[in-house]
Amino acid sequence: MTQKIGNVWIFIEQEAGKIANVSLELVCKGRELADRLGVKTEALLIGDKIESCAQTLYSYGCDTVYLIEDPRLEPFTALPYAKVIMDMIREHKPNILLFGATMKGRELAPRIASEKKAGLTADCTNLQIDDFEDLKNQKSYKDKLMQIRPAFGGNIIATIVNTWDDPQMVTVRSGVMKLDRPDPARKGKLVRVTPALTEKETVVQVIERIRQDKEVDLQSAQIIVAGGYGVGSKENFKLLYDLAKTLGGEVGASRAAVDAGWIDHDHQVGQTGVTVRPRLYIAAGISGSIQHRAGMAESKKIIAINTDKDAPIFSVAHYAIVGDLNTVIPEMIKAFKAKN
Amino acid sequence: MSYTVLVFVKQVPDTQNITGDAMTPQGTVNRAALPAIFNPEDLNALELALQLKDRYGAKVVVGTMGPPNAAEVLRASLYRGADECVLLTDRAFAGADTLATSYALSCCVRKVGKVDLVLCGRQAIDGDTAQVGPQLAEKLGWPQICYVEEVKDLTPEKITAQRAIEGGYEVLTSPLPALLTVIDSNDPRPMAARRIMRCKHAMTRSEVAKAHADQNYADSTSIDEDIESLRAKNLLIHEYTAADVNAEVSRIGLAGSPTKVKNIMSVVLTGGEAKSVDPTPAGVSELIHELISDHTLG
Repeated sequence: MTQKIGNVWIFIEQEAGKIANVSLELVCKGRELADRLGVKTEALLIGDKIESCAQTLYSYGCDTVYLIEDPRLEPFTALPYAKVIMDMIREHKPNILLFGATMKGRELAPRIASEKKAGLTADCTNLQIDDFEDLKNQKSYKDKLMQIRPAFGGNIIATIVNTWDDPQMVTVRSGVMKLDRPDPARKGKLVRVTPALTEKETVVQVIERIRQDKEVDLQSAQIIVAGGYGVGSKENFKLLYDLAKTLGGEVGASRAAVDAGWIDHDHQVGQTGVTVRPRLYIAAGISGSIQHRAGMAESKKIIAINTDKDAPIFSVAHYAIVGDLNTVIPEMIKAFKAKN
Repeated sequence: MSYTVLVFVKQVPDTQNITGDAMTPQGTVNRAALPAIFNPEDLNALELALQLKDRYGAKVVVGTMGPPNAAEVLRASLYRGADECVLLTDRAFAGADTLATSYALSCCVRKVGKVDLVLCGRQAIDGDTAQVGPQLAEKLGWPQICYVEEVKDLTPEKITAQRAIEGGYEVLTSPLPALLTVIDSNDPRPMAARRIMRCKHAMTRSEVAKAHADQNYADSTSIDEDIESLRAKNLLIHEYTAADVNAEVSRIGLAGSPTKVKNIMSVVLTGGEAKSVDPTPAGVSELIHELISDHTLG
């Protein structure tokens, strides 16, 4: 006799009614996992006055959207969100629960996992369904979520399995799961849920909130021109901006260039920055630490420009230019302008 | 000394220069093989606690869970200004994931007694999970403020703190007791020479016993006498086992960890053989032409 397993849930992160990219990426991945398991893909849409997000979620593959609205759920704080989600877990018993590994997700998911006494794996870069043999305890598990993540500063990749009670919970890095094309014709079911919040969950008050969107959206960029320590100075980054402008791309950077103060952290690609997979990634003066490579190795085409022929960046590059970026980049600009 | 601030810190392997050899076949960390350092963001948490001590008067207690030699980070905390230290050490704690760790630490908080604030670094550089802070807050039933940059105000009723959010910041208030996770937003003070001189003899009970076994104490004092002497000078680092903090054995270490490591691979990122392009006008022009032809550009 087989026990019916629960559905795949995605926590939908939104800011002022705009759904975070990572949440849509997770809907697509969740859809794939749910199809493999023969269950539904369901979204937890939490906030206030956000019903208009539901259609977008259907179009990316959600069967059900649980809509939980309350003024006390804006702006986001961990306690009321954790309460709402715990109540939902107890009632519906999902099999898998996915969160973006964002600042919100990484604060919220552990609070819930602790209360549920569930396992939680942070910052996954891949998810698969497979069986698991726990040799030590001589137990076998069927159709478990393989939670794949870098560890030890990106030096190793670990596959982790949650062997306890469901849900199997993970946070997933933004930009690593593929975003499928939405289908506006898709329909889903909206389920309104009234949150049962008490004073206990609203003790933390937000008294001031200042935020603005990032100055650059690297994850949506199709072409990225990234500079590292080899760029040499803040002034020299202008070369990269010129190339990015010519090619219609954005400027990225390695941690070394950000730490040197040449460019803002919003531009940082890698383990502690953003993960990108553009059509073209040009790495100029970037040696290619494992942390940087982890954030860009999935790019479709990679051009590496470096004076050091042994730079590790060349190990992931499709085109290797051993040379000085100060002469190569102007040549690229010239060549592109000549061809167009 | 109106407030008690408990800071949890972690001794971590320096993850900048390591290989897959640092893992055991069970998928746990072979810490002995790696240089151990004070987890960077835990230094920020300690600094914030010391600032609270300077501004409002507080007793700063620093705790860690780890092997006996994790006492090193506790002494480093004393050198910077901590008042008291607690080492949670027991083989039964080994192999803990974040859930089991947060449970063990919650037992430690209860053992310390009246605590107004628990401070943790946002995350440790060995796991980068950032999970233990929020999990510990939940275990204690306390509110949490994550990613704290600075404390604006502290009263016996509440704390007002500024924290980072994506694309900006928030100022929040929370009643006490509360748990804060702290990010790299202050400059941890250096170790003070005067404090090093005074605290370098701070030891745990096990370290005293080991010193005796190594016959570094050739005189006639007994272990107990030396421990009492350290205690009198406020230099005894409290050492607790799982039993000392009333931790349930089924909830700590490997037994208390729902997540299991299936396998570990060293990272090999390859993009295949790179095509070499001459750094000449002709070479670059040919490359650009190729990228336009295959619609990568244009």
